Amino acid sequence: MQSLKNKYAMVIDTKLCIGCGDCVVACKVENQVPDGLHRDWVVEETTGVFPHLEMEIRSERCNHCDNPPCVSSCPTGASFIDKNSNITLVNSSKCTGCKACVASCPYDARFVMPEGYISKCTFCQHRTVKGELPACANTCPTHCIHFGNLNNPFSTVSRLLRSRKYKALVTEAGTGPNVYYLL
Amino acid sequence: MKEITITTNKLNHLIDPSLHIWGWEIPVYLFLGGLAAGALLIAALAIVYEQKKKLPSAYSQLAIVAPVGLSIGMVALFLDLEYKLHVFRFYTTFQITSPMSWGSWILMLFYPFSIILTLGTLKEGWPKLYKVVAPLPVVKQLIPFCQKNLKQFAYYSIPVATSLGIYTGILLSAFVARPFWNSAIIAPIFLVSGISTALALNLFFSKKPEEQNFLTKMDLIAILFEVILIALLIIGMMTGGTQKAEALGLIMGGAYTTHFWIFFMGIGIMLPLILEIMELKGFKVSHYLTATLVLFGGLIFRFIMVNAGQVSTWVNY
Repeated sequence: MQSLKNKYAMVIDTKLCIGCGDCVVACKVENQVPDGLHRDWVVEETTGVFPHLEMEIRSERCNHCDNPPCVSSCPTGASFIDKNSNITLVNSSKCTGCKACVASCPYDARFVMPEGYISKCTFCQHRTVKGELPACANTCPTHCIHFGNLNNPFSTVSRLLRSRKYKALVTEAGTGPNVYYLL
Repeated sequence: MKEITITTNKLNHLIDPSLHIWGWEIPVYLFLGGLAAGALLIAALAIVYEQKKKLPSAYSQLAIVAPVGLSIGMVALFLDLEYKLHVFRFYTTFQITSPMSWGSWILMLFYPFSIILTLGTLKEGWPKLYKVVAPLPVVKQLIPFCQKNLKQFAYYSIPVATSLGIYTGILLSAFVARPFWNSAIIAPIFLVSGISTALALNLFFSKKPEEQNFLTKMDLIAILFEVILIALLIIGMMTGGTQKAEALGLIMGGAYTTHFWIFFMGIGIMLPLILEIMELKGFKVSHYLTATLVLFGGLIFRFIMVNAGQVSTWVNY
């Protein structure tokens, strides 16, 4: 049964991504992420033995999991799931900086802010509530980052996942990631 | 085969290249928490079974280790918090799915019991300290109450101390993201290790040869249990799929092999085990040496577990 909540997801086309890092810059500017810290990052993975190589480039971030261990491990309720969607957020006024959520994330998507509380990707919730795209998706020069609601069968992300082959990262950990990579 | 993986624009502080969010504070806290749990458990058992004559130091001297050890441990825990001003947030909520939330409430439950058992036995165990604290305003009324209800509170202390000992292990084992920790058997290992270190510490207080002999015997049993549980942990990881096998590699040829096998299993487990057997066979062995080795083993075990667990991961970049 589909829940009435929005199930936001990102679908990222690894065939289009050129690893320019604009998503990282856009995020840092939009969210004013301090020096040396990043909410998203680019992985360039080369597989095989020379000269038979293949490369995959992925823009990675928090997966806004269906079953987020960062929320269940948080001792104070500072880590929480948004009321109307699957977006996991941090309430900095409740955060003690115990770092249980950092340890619990299989994607290592969380980090400690200089002030001491934990921060991470929010799928740019402050933009998406206004109907805008997250900063990374908005900026991407190859338009390889798609954002939308998987509970809406007509959204771009739903159509892409129906029509293309895809994978998600570390699904074996059982957290139900919502960032998909088109292959 | 992965030829090369380049991750650009990450290198977050404490997260990359490998997770290192918990420094010395957490292992020290887990060690002292286990020690405190073991101390309260042993003291409570000695009181419940009325072993005042046979085990005078376990009965009346060990309980004080619980509040003192835990307090030092909690200072270490506090130092680890990145947002120290928000420490009160642990106590404005209860999160049923979070082991750390359970732990913070167990600690609050542990304190009163450990203090009652300490005050109830202070007169016999630490007479000099008793003379100092007994005339203090609140303590003056508390001490007769504690002495009168000692046995009853000792009963309640058994589950409380056991849950603290177990919690120190669950704190690590509940993280699916860290394959080296993600084994439920870590909880009983930490409990048994805590009991073993508390018995060792008790040897420092004990003056009576009969009691020393009993404590050595009990510690021998605890260490044997620990060895069995650690063997089970390793077997579980060996047979547990790629992630577990890779995590096990950290102590099987990986970066923590020497620490684990020589310093922990060798000097912290096997050497005291042999020394204790020799002592019980009648050889003259300093039980201070044995006890020191056991305590060292317990501490380095927490360090290895916390550090190796942080290195183990699902994504190798």
